[in-house]
Amino acid sequence: MSGKPKLTYFNGRGRMESIRWLLAAAGVEFEEDFLETREQYLKLIQDGHLLFDQVPLVEIDGMKMVQTKAILSYIAGKHNLYGKGLKERAFIDTYVEGTTDLMQMILTLPFSPPEAKKKNLPLIIEKAKNRYFPAYEKALKQHGQGFLVGNQLSWADVHLLEAILMVEEKESTVLSEFPLLQGFKTRISNMATIKKFLQPGSQRKPQPDDKYVATVMKILKEG
Amino acid sequence: MESVRWLLAAAGVEFEEELLETREQYEKLLQDGALMFQQVPMVEIDGMKLVQTRAILNYIAATHNLCGRDLKERALIDMYVEGTTDLMQLILMFPFLSAEDKEKQHALIVQKATNRYFPAYEKVLRDHGQDYLVGNQFSWADIHLFEAILMVEEKKCDVLSEFPQLQMFKARISNMPRIKKFLEPGSQRKPIPDDKYVETVRRVLQMYYNVKASV
Repeated sequence: MSGKPKLTYFNGRGRMESIRWLLAAAGVEFEEDFLETREQYLKLIQDGHLLFDQVPLVEIDGMKMVQTKAILSYIAGKHNLYGKGLKERAFIDTYVEGTTDLMQMILTLPFSPPEAKKKNLPLIIEKAKNRYFPAYEKALKQHGQGFLVGNQLSWADVHLLEAILMVEEKESTVLSEFPLLQGFKTRISNMATIKKFLQPGSQRKPQPDDKYVATVMKILKEG
Repeated sequence: MESVRWLLAAAGVEFEEELLETREQYEKLLQDGALMFQQVPMVEIDGMKLVQTRAILNYIAATHNLCGRDLKERALIDMYVEGTTDLMQLILMFPFLSAEDKEKQHALIVQKATNRYFPAYEKVLRDHGQDYLVGNQFSWADIHLFEAILMVEEKKCDVLSEFPQLQMFKARISNMPRIKKFLEPGSQRKPIPDDKYVETVRRVLQMYYNVKASV
């Protein structure tokens, strides 16, 4: 029992990646238990560890937490990444819901059939360029500070950086019309804890490949 | 928007509604920059134009003492609400499905409610033996679960038959004065979506023409 949070998930990004990002940004060391077989997963269910039979699972401060949003909210609240006061929190929640919607589209892409992938990728890029990035560019412009909310790093900033990097992996020039987001990306990437997480050897996971998709489908036996 | 109406009603907060009926109304909202991600729901509250349902619900819960006493209670509330959100999400898209997909989705809703979600909440209530899900006081988690139960019952009226704790929970919450009032005819609670509703949404947003059943 090390006192460090323990993350149980597949050995890949999926829904756990945002949690890895946030813990890293907060400077919190964490351990990982990787799901590799269906037996491991069924045992977790049998032992009553998964409230809704789903992962991510994060064991933290004596709780077995599930549901990505709940876990992220707890970490943000605990580590001073949730703004000061209820209105700042409302803005952070709004921004995070937007980046969640955007990242959700990319998350599910590897699990869709090839024709759907071909069709959906351009739609995702279009949404990033016409809906999401303009909203965050405008937010940075109106707020006039280095961060999305208040004048310190919050969950919203970490989540937006993660989203930007994910979209850039699909189309590297996607920020070309968004000068403030370019500056934001550079600034946040250079913060000490984030810089460390971006370096090779960190617990950041690579893009999902066929092997990852096959593992997830085998373990969950869904879809 | 229905979860927002429920939560405001449970908190005893009166609210006004602007109902979207035409594409022009929606386009004006877009042009005026009122919708951060070009989407509704949008709630104007305390000088903010809030979008994203979860952000709106979180704010209302926090400002009305419905999100627990500390971080750990809030964590439990958040977990429970995410579960009921996932369950209600299956029902939310239901009206937009083809007849064939509706059959599949109906089966999925009942299966997930009976095998995944209701057992989890039944166990929580049974284990601590208290009237409410978290911290022995009424919270957002309770109202959200109550709404979810009613929505699933509209699909299968005896779905709670194996869940005695949830039956008692439902009766208790129904009898709270503000909830009772919201359940009465004439309140701002909206009816089950019909074809007219589906047609209006599709026309105003120009989307949701080709929605498929969940896997």
